[in-house]
Amino acid sequence: MKAVAVVGIGKTAFGAFPEWDLRSLAVEAGQKCLADAHVNYSKIEAFYLGNFAGPSFVGQNHLAPYIASGLGITGVPCTRFEAACASSGSAFFHAVSSVAAGMYDLVLVGGVEKMTSQSTPKVTEILAGAGDVSGEVKAGATFPALFAMIARRHMFQYGTTREQLAAVAVKNHGNGAKNPLAHMRKTITMEQALAGKPIAEPLTVYDCSLISDGAAAVMIAPLERAAEFTDRPVKILGIAQTSDYVALDAKEDVTTFRAVRAAGEKAYKMAGVTARDIQFAELHDCFTIAEIIAMEDLGFVPKGEGGPYALAGKTCLNGERPVNASGGLKSKGHPVGATGVGQICDIVMQIRGDAGELQLARHSLGLAENLGGSGATAVVTVLGAA
Amino acid sequence: MKTGTVYTETVVHAAPEQFLADAPYQLAIVSLDGGGRLTVRVSGARVQIGDAVELAEERDGIAFFRKKP
Repeated sequence: MKAVAVVGIGKTAFGAFPEWDLRSLAVEAGQKCLADAHVNYSKIEAFYLGNFAGPSFVGQNHLAPYIASGLGITGVPCTRFEAACASSGSAFFHAVSSVAAGMYDLVLVGGVEKMTSQSTPKVTEILAGAGDVSGEVKAGATFPALFAMIARRHMFQYGTTREQLAAVAVKNHGNGAKNPLAHMRKTITMEQALAGKPIAEPLTVYDCSLISDGAAAVMIAPLERAAEFTDRPVKILGIAQTSDYVALDAKEDVTTFRAVRAAGEKAYKMAGVTARDIQFAELHDCFTIAEIIAMEDLGFVPKGEGGPYALAGKTCLNGERPVNASGGLKSKGHPVGATGVGQICDIVMQIRGDAGELQLARHSLGLAENLGGSGATAVVTVLGAA
Repeated sequence: MKTGTVYTETVVHAAPEQFLADAPYQLAIVSLDGGGRLTVRVSGARVQIGDAVELAEERDGIAFFRKKP
């Protein structure tokens, strides 16, 4: 298996952009990525796209060649991956696998979602399609409701508090306020977070990620060729995608994401590292409780200690293990299909030392965790300076 | 009659389009006494984790459970 590196990145801002349609967002991110890698579109050997619900949000199918051709790319395999909120994490995993296997050298991976042209109740309904529509969704479950039930149980089993959840939101908003590409660039106080409008108890609006438009892209190549494209390649040290039941009520213990645990263990093994070695991470904080559980499942803290760890400030920019320096899904925004590749871009920016005001002191070994649904798909990637 | 124990619950305030008229409503995952779990609606008084519940009715294919008296 060949070692694989990220040789280019490109991102749009995340936000509500009525003047940008789905394709123009994705093409913008792709063009930025091609420019970053100094690569002409004609050299791209395959295009992998992550998108959750373009057909439902904007009525467009056949998205991979639709977007690739907007970049000038034709005549090569162009394929869309759908794995709920882990769609572009999954596209990235499969793209890396193909380059590692020697199928292709230069591969472009994109992720995009255009969400804000629909009303919030309609978006809520479309997102619920990532759950089991014959069971939990039929009964009235929304994604906030599923994660609210996860939070309730985590509180019951481990004593996790509202303040600990809110600490995640306050931190991520603080970071996002410094991220020029973030959707909601405003800080919030603990008091505001605790007094937020209820969405699904115990979660308030401040526990929930944003409904956003946006796109992200990365270019990958065999590490042995990386120097042709960049003097700052970032090596994919370990990567894994795993799965679990889609329905929350089918999971034996809802306070843990088995798929994340398994993907983390596999990615650590492939990278030859342990959880202790990871200096910083972008974790899938679709809801505040998800960041807390991810820290536990990835072994950053023992089970049940994610909440106290967050409240103690250990995951802040200057803490012992910064989490979501970008602002996370909470503040940066969560254009579902763009999120996984967007996380890779954020890790690469940190490793390159290009994160500006958000630059971390220790930034040579980072991890990205992308979660689909209530834990049915997980992709974990460990990246390091090459 | 189906009976069980509340494994976890939430009260949904931001409902999807088709349930806007019902909000706020309580949703629970119930550990059934016969084994397995089910996501249900709660009718009547609010329930908490650990409460014993029973099937009250089925409407439009949705199971409504209530707190056992």
